[in-house]
Amino acid sequence: MTELNKTQPEFKVKKSMGMRTIRVIAYIVLVFLSLLCLIWFYLLFINATRSHAEISSRVSFVPGKHLLDNWKKLQNSTLDFVRGIINSAIIAFSSSFLSVYFSMMTAFAIHAYRFKGRKAVHVFILAIMMIPTQVTSLGFYRLVVDTLGMKDNFLPLIVPSIAAPVTYFYILQYMKSNLPMSLIEAARIDGCMEIRILNRIVLPLMKPALAVQLIFAFVSSWNNYYMPAMILSSGNKRTLPILIYTLRAATEKDKDLGFQYVAMSLSVLPVIVVYVFFAKSIVGGVSVGGVKE
Amino acid sequence: MNETVKKHSKLGRDKWGYIFLIPFFVVFLVFSFYPLIQTIYFSFFDHYFSQTDFDYVNEYVGLKNYKELFSAGTARLFFNTMILWVMGFVPQILVSLLLASWFANNRLRIRAAGFFKAVIYLPNLIMAIAFGMMFFTMFSRSGPVHQIFEYFGMSKDYDLFFHIAPTRSLIAFINFIMWFGNTTILLMAGIMGINESLFEAAEVDGASQFQVFRKITLPILKPILVYVLITSLIGGIQMYDVPEVVTKGSGMPMNKDIFSTNVPAAETVIMRLAQYISKSKNYGAAGALSVMLLFITGILSFVVYKFMAKDEE
Repeated sequence: MTELNKTQPEFKVKKSMGMRTIRVIAYIVLVFLSLLCLIWFYLLFINATRSHAEISSRVSFVPGKHLLDNWKKLQNSTLDFVRGIINSAIIAFSSSFLSVYFSMMTAFAIHAYRFKGRKAVHVFILAIMMIPTQVTSLGFYRLVVDTLGMKDNFLPLIVPSIAAPVTYFYILQYMKSNLPMSLIEAARIDGCMEIRILNRIVLPLMKPALAVQLIFAFVSSWNNYYMPAMILSSGNKRTLPILIYTLRAATEKDKDLGFQYVAMSLSVLPVIVVYVFFAKSIVGGVSVGGVKE
Repeated sequence: MNETVKKHSKLGRDKWGYIFLIPFFVVFLVFSFYPLIQTIYFSFFDHYFSQTDFDYVNEYVGLKNYKELFSAGTARLFFNTMILWVMGFVPQILVSLLLASWFANNRLRIRAAGFFKAVIYLPNLIMAIAFGMMFFTMFSRSGPVHQIFEYFGMSKDYDLFFHIAPTRSLIAFINFIMWFGNTTILLMAGIMGINESLFEAAEVDGASQFQVFRKITLPILKPILVYVLITSLIGGIQMYDVPEVVTKGSGMPMNKDIFSTNVPAAETVIMRLAQYISKSKNYGAAGALSVMLLFITGILSFVVYKFMAKDEE
């Protein structure tokens, strides 16, 4: 006992000093990495307010006065960015709502009913979760473009999101801990139809999980390039990522840097705005399903 | 009597389980399973424009497309993809481990941890095409980063997109920025799960921070590290958007080496696949390449599954 008392104080002093050094280093590293993540967006938005001549002559960290000019150039461009925003929004909204609603339905089927093959279905959905979409893209392209003749149609980019294994998995995890079966039983005694139970009782209870998954589904559709680039080719059907890509091979008229920076700002801004409001639940949602399988 | 009624209604209710599964499985069968079968089917055919029929025809060629996969050119594509992945993943896992151990350290008490986590996760949500395009514009000859480099004495005519190492490094750097926040959060969830008393015991025994990390944190994190490694590898094999936009779909600059395979240095497997499908309509080669990718990702997924299952026991 006395031995311990003797050594303790000395040990503590040494320990806390080491901790203080680590803390200083940690803050320096964190601030540096945060800047490394944010500086690009800052430069992007600053350059969106500067003219082509200003941008190409020198770098600046203060805003210019040409945001409106650049916006007008964007409106007058042969690349219809306004249309692109609308197209992207239509696809992203419809596919994310479908994905979230039907994933909830699938998760409810597995969670609330005891039918034959239930376990096998669950394992099967988990197994197909890892298959990259690119692996089936040849057959998908053939089906959509050659068989169904649906080139330049939004539906093949919207409907497949009904089968979203990852969204299903997240929602199922949430259901397991937040949807007591007793509640469903009570509703049944009241004579509720099963579909009504899903829409009137389960859906409101799942709202927090659905909201996070809605954002994830929206963002992944909004950002998607691979499949849309194969299916949407005519001018007024293109989505934002496709239009941004065409800037890379821009003709002289669209080489205006102010215009390019405005276009890029527009495609990242909606996501950043949503993120500012929901960052906490989004970051929380990242780790929920990933590790606990 | 009452019993049978009850049983009957329960059976009737459980059929709703099947009904609720219908949308998922119909869509899966039409838009994933059927395309998968088609993809495998096409891998045994050559798809070409016949001058006599004046239309595209499919000719059965057996394993020809698979044999052609085992060439230096395909090896090059996989090598490119892996180089780009490794260059991004190594700094990513190191930085993420460091940050995760700091965030999860109760005695370090990082303030505004939520803010920092939110900031480093942000790039993961940004459109990869726009993020890549943004970096291209910034590092191109009229871009702000180039202008800063000029200030430090770089030639105005230097174009880093004409050189292999800088192009690859930039792509890897973009991937690093986009993914280290995500990895940090995953690892953190793992570290948080470690019993706090282990750390306390180590502290009482006088273990240094580094010793605690090496002897306690790292071994317990092993399953999650394997999970992060393999899921990142699966993602890495699918690398497409960033190199596609940075190199304008060309994968340029060209390799100048002994392989002389005419495969550019930043062309990835999926870039080639997309080109086969929508540009050159080389469906046979695309099919064989897809099947190969399915095998690789299948094996990797199985490893993850086994590892997680073992962890659960």
